[in-house]
Amino acid sequence: MAIDAETLEEQPEPAAGDAVLEIRNLEVTFKTEDGMVSAVRGLDLDVRADEVLGIVGESGSGKSVSMLAVLGLLPPTATITGSAKFRGLELIGRKQKELQPIRGAKIAMIFQDPLTALNPVHRVGVQIIEAIKAHNPDMSNRDAYNRALELLELVGIPRPRVRIDQYPHEYSGGMRQRAMIAMMMANDPDVLIADEPTTALDVTIQAQILELVKNVQERTHTAVVFITHDLGVIARIADRVQVMYAGRTAEVGDVETLFSGSKHPYTRGLLSSLPALAGRTGKLQPIAGAPPSMLHPPPGCAFHPRCPMAQVLCTQEQPPLRAIGAPQQLSACHFADQVPDTRPGT
Amino acid sequence: MTDLQDLAVTTGAPGLPGGDVSSSESLGLEAKPLSPSRLAWRRFRRHKLAMLSSVILILITVLCVFAPLFTKYGPNQLIRVNGVKFALQHPQHGHWFGTNERANDMWSNVLYGGRVSLAVGITVALASTAFGTVVGVLAGYYGGWLDDVLMRITDLFLAIPFLIALILLTDLPASQPWAQTIIGPSHSVRSIIFIIAILFWMPVARILRGLVLSLKEKEFVEAARAAGASNARIMLRHLVPNCTGQIIINTTLAVAAAIVTEAALSFLGKGVDIFTPTWGNLLGNNQGFLESNPALVLAPGFAIVITVVCVNFIGDGLRDAFDPKQLSV
Repeated sequence: MAIDAETLEEQPEPAAGDAVLEIRNLEVTFKTEDGMVSAVRGLDLDVRADEVLGIVGESGSGKSVSMLAVLGLLPPTATITGSAKFRGLELIGRKQKELQPIRGAKIAMIFQDPLTALNPVHRVGVQIIEAIKAHNPDMSNRDAYNRALELLELVGIPRPRVRIDQYPHEYSGGMRQRAMIAMMMANDPDVLIADEPTTALDVTIQAQILELVKNVQERTHTAVVFITHDLGVIARIADRVQVMYAGRTAEVGDVETLFSGSKHPYTRGLLSSLPALAGRTGKLQPIAGAPPSMLHPPPGCAFHPRCPMAQVLCTQEQPPLRAIGAPQQLSACHFADQVPDTRPGT
Repeated sequence: MTDLQDLAVTTGAPGLPGGDVSSSESLGLEAKPLSPSRLAWRRFRRHKLAMLSSVILILITVLCVFAPLFTKYGPNQLIRVNGVKFALQHPQHGHWFGTNERANDMWSNVLYGGRVSLAVGITVALASTAFGTVVGVLAGYYGGWLDDVLMRITDLFLAIPFLIALILLTDLPASQPWAQTIIGPSHSVRSIIFIIAILFWMPVARILRGLVLSLKEKEFVEAARAAGASNARIMLRHLVPNCTGQIIINTTLAVAAAIVTEAALSFLGKGVDIFTPTWGNLLGNNQGFLESNPALVLAPGFAIVITVVCVNFIGDGLRDAFDPKQLSV
């Protein structure tokens, strides 16, 4: 594991800035009636200032869980070990009270379902003002109100002076997600975690929200962690991508690098199962098999039962994450250098 | 696109894709924002029986609260006509409900008695609902051992035989000085309120616990936590306001139940001391005159029935108003 961290650190830092959030060897285990479920198994992840980091993976690959663990939002049945440093400040193992000043102010999070993420009994404006005042108790009501108006404008809500006094049920789904983003941007967080914010919305609204996140990111320079299982979304929004499989990192790299020169068979599999790419052959190429049960993850590389390139070594040894290919590209595959350069199917 | 947008404005077609949202949405937006409570009030107003009950109940309350304006006699004032005690009279001009055996005017007794009965009902309802809400929200929100402890205590209180416990407790302050310091002297209004209230909070606690259990899984609670809200803030600002409907309905129904309970206790001679007029006391004191002077019994009896029925209809109306999905039976 130590190698992984070193390899990551050996990478030259981009001009955009240092890592604001450094996750090292994060492990999350849930105690269930069937036994211990390891949802995250030694995750290393860097979020750099002023970037959009996309995290892709199938359901249960540990995308959301790792982010919730960082914020201390997991239920008490979860055991969390490892390290997550926000600007050098360790977050893992903190008490709820200690995390409250971080949540919302330094690291904010928006969720999947905007329909239930706003409290139905309070006006939208009141909820935004509350989010502002939670971290600025001395701010006057007038200032907080004006700030809320500003935020509603920032997220593109038309006629904010009318909308600010309305209740969530008077908003459409897309507008509610906009309001959520306004609420979470209220305190200029350094990191905004977006946990599949477009999954519950229809395609046109999805595009608008993506545009909005990108727009807000460019204007505020907040680092954004965008969790999704949709590679199309990643292509549109992310600067860097981290592909997760079975609670571990499969591959990390710039978005162009991963889409054109992936060095991991899982990323390759995901790309070739995209309809747009498979269109050339006329047939979708799904990855064979199903994601592994996290109760009994396969030994060695967790992907080996489904991997077309798997060899004996893969069933025995976990591949370390190592630098390969393009600068800043890391792949956790024993045979990363043998992953064919051309896309399968072309 | 501009043509389409113009079309959208002129024809009022809602939400053309790609068109500016404000132009198509401005049509219905001039109205005041509809808060959940405003919507509930709208639905409540449509419930005719509940509206009628509200009017009657307000009338009764005004009569009782401002009793001195509506009667010239005090409740225990001896009435003499030509120097003779004017006892056990039938209803007549000046004494609408007649007079009782102690020559007190019954109309004024019913009005002044209503003060105590309503005060007991409302205070018990408010106190027990408040306490039950605290217990239920804490148990539901924190779960775990706190939930277990609080809910077992709730079960324990529910297992107590209600009337027997009430009767035993009313005599407690007389023999136990510590009880007297806490709940006041035996058969004082204060002690009766206290005793009924401590046997009234359990249903509210259970309902609120269930409600909070489901509410705390909603994403807005997680969002609030992710925004840095403390537990206290989540409970007070997010969970309790979402339970307002249930809290109001339960308070209302508890008023009716508490009035009946007070009346039952007083009727048994175990309630407020018999010289303080309450509707229960008036019933109990005059029960021997049901045949000779029925008005003495019917007046406080109808006062109880009308009040309780009105309160229950209002409760029904509130339930429909706050929970429009539930079909009213």
